[in-house]
Amino acid sequence: MAGAFTNTVFGVMRAYVLIALWRSRPGLGGYDLADAVTFCFLSQAFIGPMQVFGGGLDLPQRIRSGDIALDLVRPASLQLWTLSEDLGRAAYLFLARSVPPTIAGALLFGIVAPAHPLACAASLVLGVVVSFGWRYLVALASCWVLDDRGLNTLSLVLTTFFSGLMLPLAIFPGWLGTLARALPWAAMVQVPADVYLGTADLAEAFAFQALWAAVLLGLGALATSAARRKVVIQGG
Amino acid sequence: MIRIYVLLAWTWTRAAAQYPVSFALMTAGGFVVSGLDAAVIWVIFANTTSLAGFGLPEVLFLYGVSGLAFAISDLLFSNVDRVSQHIRAGTFDVFLIRPVSSFVQVAVDRFTPHRIGRTLQGAAVLGVALSRLDVPLARAWMIPVMVACGIVIFTAVFALGGAAQILLTDAPEVANAFTYGGAMLTQYPLSVYGESVVRGVTFILPLAFVNWQPGLYVLGREDPLGLPYWVRFLSPAAALALALAAALAWRAGIRRYRSTGS
Repeated sequence: MAGAFTNTVFGVMRAYVLIALWRSRPGLGGYDLADAVTFCFLSQAFIGPMQVFGGGLDLPQRIRSGDIALDLVRPASLQLWTLSEDLGRAAYLFLARSVPPTIAGALLFGIVAPAHPLACAASLVLGVVVSFGWRYLVALASCWVLDDRGLNTLSLVLTTFFSGLMLPLAIFPGWLGTLARALPWAAMVQVPADVYLGTADLAEAFAFQALWAAVLLGLGALATSAARRKVVIQGG
Repeated sequence: MIRIYVLLAWTWTRAAAQYPVSFALMTAGGFVVSGLDAAVIWVIFANTTSLAGFGLPEVLFLYGVSGLAFAISDLLFSNVDRVSQHIRAGTFDVFLIRPVSSFVQVAVDRFTPHRIGRTLQGAAVLGVALSRLDVPLARAWMIPVMVACGIVIFTAVFALGGAAQILLTDAPEVANAFTYGGAMLTQYPLSVYGESVVRGVTFILPLAFVNWQPGLYVLGREDPLGLPYWVRFLSPAAALALALAAALAWRAGIRRYRSTGS
């Protein structure tokens, strides 16, 4: 509950900032004021399941302790194994850390209802898969980089800024906006929020998320087999 | 007490300096991560010229003062928020039997010098804001006072959060909502927030005295809430009062501390 409380407090503060911005520029980015406030609480709600601040996987510790050797000889794909664990974690965090801030936002400011509840759920799941694909790559990099803190910091910067957590990507100016909306992090917050608000074309949104999910999972599979060879060379 | 703090901080700094590349990268990382909030302000002002009545240089000024004060307090004392970890691991008991203030020991334990990156970022933004603002010298004396009072206020909030964790044991996020939340709140002119929020951070948890009330004086602006003019000079009093409250709360927390026995 403590984490949900913090998400709510930050949601309220960001909502006030967005309200001030939308008061001076009504209709900015194709959102009205209620959309902007809803976006703000949705982005806070996505922090838990999408693990926007990084981490959430046991892999780096297992790589450092050498337990990864055991995981690699299991008769199951390391990547799918980790993905199923991560989906379970996301489902729990959705209940514990997404629902409370959203309800609080609805009570304090009033938020709009989802345009297509089913599409919204599907987009959320796809977003978690994209988020997993990215975090899996970052975590597996611990096989090659000794100190993973620098990489985690880089991932944190990219994810928080380019996912739409801090501000809707719709209001990023010029080429920065175009770039941000094309990168995988947009699939974690911006696109699911747009599906919720009904401001996105559904087919386009799902295609975008599915494409990035496929690309990141594919890269993850390549990295897994590379890691396997590396472990074999080192003799476990 | 100060001597022991400096000695321990220096020890941890020397330990961090054993890995110079890591240290440099983490410092740069801190600079970039805290710079994200400035990037958000930049994106906002790419869309508008005024936020709740304040222009870009004015918002950057308020951001810079709060950012610098918070970063120094974060560098020196924020490890107090690890008190719940210490309690659960049983290491807090060790601090209590040593002949040094428990607050100093928790604050300096695992001192992380690379947080200086965040400090540099706050100072850089403040410098940029001041170069664009043209503050008259007659009012600029307030700026160092603001930073000093801000450090005291944020440190007191960290200590209050630590004291609360001694009672709650496992809720560091609640304290974070006030410490990091307070830092985020004061990045923007308080006129952005609802009137009840502003009254709350003026009269209950005096975050308004970090940069808002004295900042209005430096910027020569009217108070949107219409508080008397002399309130702008109350920062030192507010900082002192909060520091006293925090010291009392810490002592009360220590008195009620029950070891987890592990």
